[in-house]
Amino acid sequence: MAVLETQELTYTYSEGSPFEKTAVDHVNLRIEEGEIVGVMGHTGSGKSTLIQHFNGLLKPTSGKVLLDGKDIWENKEKIRDVRFKVGLVFQYPEYQIFEETVYKDIAFGCKNMGLDDAEIKRRVFETAHDIGIREELLQRSPFELSGGQKRRVAIAGVMAMNPEILILDEPTAGLDPAGRDKIINHIKNYHNKTKNTVLIVSHSMEDVAGFADKILVMNKSKLFCYDDTKKVFGRSEEISEIGLDVPQITKVFTQLKKQGLDFGKEVYTVGYAKDLLIKNLRERSI
Amino acid sequence: MLKDITIGQFFPGNSIIHRLDPRFKIVITLIYIMMLFTGSGVSSLAVGAAFTVISVFLSKIPFKMFAKSIKPLLPFLLVTAVINLFLVDSGELYFKWKFIKITEGGVNISVFMVIRIILLITGSSLLTYTTSPITLTDATERLLSPLKKLKFPVHELAMMMSIALRFIPTLIEETDKIISAQKARGAEIDTGSFTTRAKNMVAVLVPLFISSFRRADELATAMECRCYNGGEGRTRLRQLKSSPKDYTALAITIIFYITALITAHLLKS
Repeated sequence: MAVLETQELTYTYSEGSPFEKTAVDHVNLRIEEGEIVGVMGHTGSGKSTLIQHFNGLLKPTSGKVLLDGKDIWENKEKIRDVRFKVGLVFQYPEYQIFEETVYKDIAFGCKNMGLDDAEIKRRVFETAHDIGIREELLQRSPFELSGGQKRRVAIAGVMAMNPEILILDEPTAGLDPAGRDKIINHIKNYHNKTKNTVLIVSHSMEDVAGFADKILVMNKSKLFCYDDTKKVFGRSEEISEIGLDVPQITKVFTQLKKQGLDFGKEVYTVGYAKDLLIKNLRERSI
Repeated sequence: MLKDITIGQFFPGNSIIHRLDPRFKIVITLIYIMMLFTGSGVSSLAVGAAFTVISVFLSKIPFKMFAKSIKPLLPFLLVTAVINLFLVDSGELYFKWKFIKITEGGVNISVFMVIRIILLITGSSLLTYTTSPITLTDATERLLSPLKKLKFPVHELAMMMSIALRFIPTLIEETDKIISAQKARGAEIDTGSFTTRAKNMVAVLVPLFISSFRRADELATAMECRCYNGGEGRTRLRQLKSSPKDYTALAITIIFYITALITAHLLKS
């Protein structure tokens, strides 16, 4: 069963005013349990608006969001429970940090869930360990940390709530390559360990190509495509046309194909490209 | 929620009101406020209302926007009305119960007060709706420039004002974002009991202050990078020039003001 589903989801900002704008336009999609989904799209394509519907921060103008088959807006009072099930990490989440210590900030979400102190402590230590925050940092002020560390603290705060679905909006924006790789690895490990569904918003194909099962592309408020990573990159030319960048290695192989060297497969990670080339070279040398 | 705050917002347009010299617009608004508060009685208020309606109509800004700017002040209006209604004791007695009294004077004053405040908000919103914050502060600086002779820091004040105005929408957006982020972590901000909400405001205010200080720092650096060193010898991209239509507008306003004064005087006598 789909863990998350939308039916004709539509959202219009400032309805009826001169600034009216439809940010999400009749979107239908089903996200299966345990998948990693890359959400891509241009700035202003509606991807951030879309994901804010998944945990009930925005209420659809029309259409429905179903979590485990149930309309999340069926009971308004229960919308907070939806937020515990669907954890959302915003863009630049380090700007939401406010507690005196790293420990307290990671614990904030768990506390709101009403967990007991022992459980909160267990979760904070476990998440901090998993995301690479050393124990001695937990009693420090979060404002003394580096940018990358702060970001990891903020992400840990949502991970500690152990949501069924974890959504991260541009988790690597503004980080250096080392910090980016670290965060991506931590997210991968989190997924391997918990098997929870993970959605990652990004406008860099490079980021998500390597590990997303499926890719969802938004374009001009509409769902452009939502399919297996392989199939989506099979349409790399269309994707380039709507102004999204495909991974460099895909570009190389598209160009090779144009020049008559067709491998018959979609290539979107460097590792896979290496294996493919070596295999082909061996076959030829035999 | 916070998006509904429209104070200080600017709606670009090309109406006659938009095109007036901002210095004249400020002076006109001041005369308008005097018109609302010096004249007493129905007649001067009616003249003020007529002036407001005509200006709003000329500005081509949807009426809804004005309703929106009044909405957040409704509780304040209500309190003003109630206090005046019960505390003013003059004229014919309408109703009495123990120590509560409602008199003719009370009813009059509370109704007038509410209408006056609504007109005041509408009029001053019109100024900010039709004038971009930058031209507005430019105009203030020019209008206050005689005070420079008294060593009054006119330029600095205008600069602070324009920065403050410029950052209102940014701060609102930021607040919205932080509220969403904390809600995503299960904080009860617009639900829950008063005490939990108050406690959770900390989770909003701390990040907001931190980001404001960061912004202030960045802005100061950016200004220094562009060799900003105060108002001395600074030239302007947009020179303010007055034209006949500005004088006409001012003249019309003064006529309205005088009419309000005369009608009030005639009705009294």
